[in-house]
Amino acid sequence: MNVFLTLVRRELGAAFNSLTGYVVVAITLLLAGFGLMDIVERLNSDRTPSPIPEIFFADGIVFWVTLILTTPVITMRTFAAEKALGTYEALMTTPVGEWQVVLAKFTGSLAFYLLSWAPLIGVLVVLRQVTHQPQLLDPWAMCGVLTGIACIGSTFLSIGVFASSLTRSQIIAAMTSLLIGIGLWTMSLRFSQTDTTGDRLGRLMDHLSVTHHMQDFARGVIDGRALVFHLSVTFFFLFLTQRVIEMRRWK
Amino acid sequence: MIEVRDLTKRYPGRTAVDGISFTVGRGEVVGFLGPNGAGKSTTMRILSSFMPATSGTVRIAGFDVFHQPDEVRRRIGYMPENNPLHIDMRVRDYLKFRARLKGLGIGRSRDRVDRVIEQCGLKDVEKRIIGQLSKGYRQRVGLADALVHEPDLIILDEPTIGLDPHQLRSVRALIKELGRQHTVLLSTHILTEVEMTCSRVLILNQGRILAADRVEDLESRFSQDGRVVAEIDATPEAIREAFRDLPEVASIEIQAAAGSFQRVAITPRAGEDLRTLVFEQVRQQEWNLRELTRPRLSLEDIFIQLTQKNKGGGL
Repeated sequence: MNVFLTLVRRELGAAFNSLTGYVVVAITLLLAGFGLMDIVERLNSDRTPSPIPEIFFADGIVFWVTLILTTPVITMRTFAAEKALGTYEALMTTPVGEWQVVLAKFTGSLAFYLLSWAPLIGVLVVLRQVTHQPQLLDPWAMCGVLTGIACIGSTFLSIGVFASSLTRSQIIAAMTSLLIGIGLWTMSLRFSQTDTTGDRLGRLMDHLSVTHHMQDFARGVIDGRALVFHLSVTFFFLFLTQRVIEMRRWK
Repeated sequence: MIEVRDLTKRYPGRTAVDGISFTVGRGEVVGFLGPNGAGKSTTMRILSSFMPATSGTVRIAGFDVFHQPDEVRRRIGYMPENNPLHIDMRVRDYLKFRARLKGLGIGRSRDRVDRVIEQCGLKDVEKRIIGQLSKGYRQRVGLADALVHEPDLIILDEPTIGLDPHQLRSVRALIKELGRQHTVLLSTHILTEVEMTCSRVLILNQGRILAADRVEDLESRFSQDGRVVAEIDATPEAIREAFRDLPEVASIEIQAAAGSFQRVAITPRAGEDLRTLVFEQVRQQEWNLRELTRPRLSLEDIFIQLTQKNKGGGL
């Protein structure tokens, strides 16, 4: 446990000591700014505006663009950079377990990712104060949004960590996870929009649609199936990562 | 401390290490010597259980590197090739981080980090960021890292590469110092380094061990039949006359040297040391003598001889 925490601290330290970390925060803030413009516009034009979380996280693409762009950048470093630098060899010749390393890299990435979203939460709180319309920003919807950010983020981050474990090039790691992320998103968009009445496959695909999950979360609906889905996918990719490391260690 | 038996590592299309066996006893400082690509790093990576061997066994302090890797890792301080460090960290933080990874508790790691910072002369730079340090200091950080958990065995892969003469001297002194308390295995392709720091040497070429011996023994084994060279002020005939009938002398070669001196190379019959005998002769004849040596092959000569055997051995 202590070793695990030491490793997580190192991951976070590395993120904040690198330029990439600040670029990620900058991208998130910039896109959140665009999102804010969108929200203000909608609030001004619509007679009965939708609640803010829905505008931002469900209808708009700002959340998705941010998620898809930043998660590969956060995770590309995890294994690839250490391999390229050679510190991976120093790490793996200490008596640490593979799972400890994988979970620490993932946890570090998740923590940084959540921190990078923190300013946005501030933006929403300010909006709530300025608009004087509490119904636009329901606390439950906020909880849902936070759960959604964490859950869907975990899925994307675990894919990123996995991609990073496959290569020693950060660029290849980032491109791979970007590609998978975009694929997952476009598939989700495609299937959550189809009329799914009756068709079993269609219904199944709808359950798997990450955009659909986020729409539910933004309404304050925390669906157990979505939670299980994201936890499973996260675990699955972390498991694959652990296998890759173990295989490389004992090939 | 180290027992290696029939160790082989094959990469696709290339055999990096080809069935080598050797042992290293507790407290020895052993140098791994070989040209680039001889299999030094590969062997060290296997010993430190970073990667598995294709076949053969390695035991470190009695533990098998394949079956009990964590036991082995606890007992080894390993500095990989090119001394990789987290260059964004400060020296003290980095060493503390490494100590914690190696399973030391908070209090213990603080004590040990204090100790190795002092031991490796890092006191002045302990708060600096590693990326801003000179290569010599970085090398010391790497050594401090290898030492921090008090390992039984220290494995250093080319610890002095790329250092300037001053740094080289201090890092070598440090390694020599470590050799007093630890078993050390280091690799290098610098021969003087082995002569200066190691008690024993393993010469590797193309994945095989060509020679394994104490440095002095290697030198005497490969020295030129105990030949003695003297520079004597006398005529060649007189010199030949003086040495011809001595039973210890097998052959004698004379070359003119600068001035009226002759350079005389005398080969003994049975590996005897002829130096006192030659001096005795010179004294009896009342000649002038300005040099009397028994030339030894340097490790460098031995190394070249061993690694280029196919190019017609003789010197």
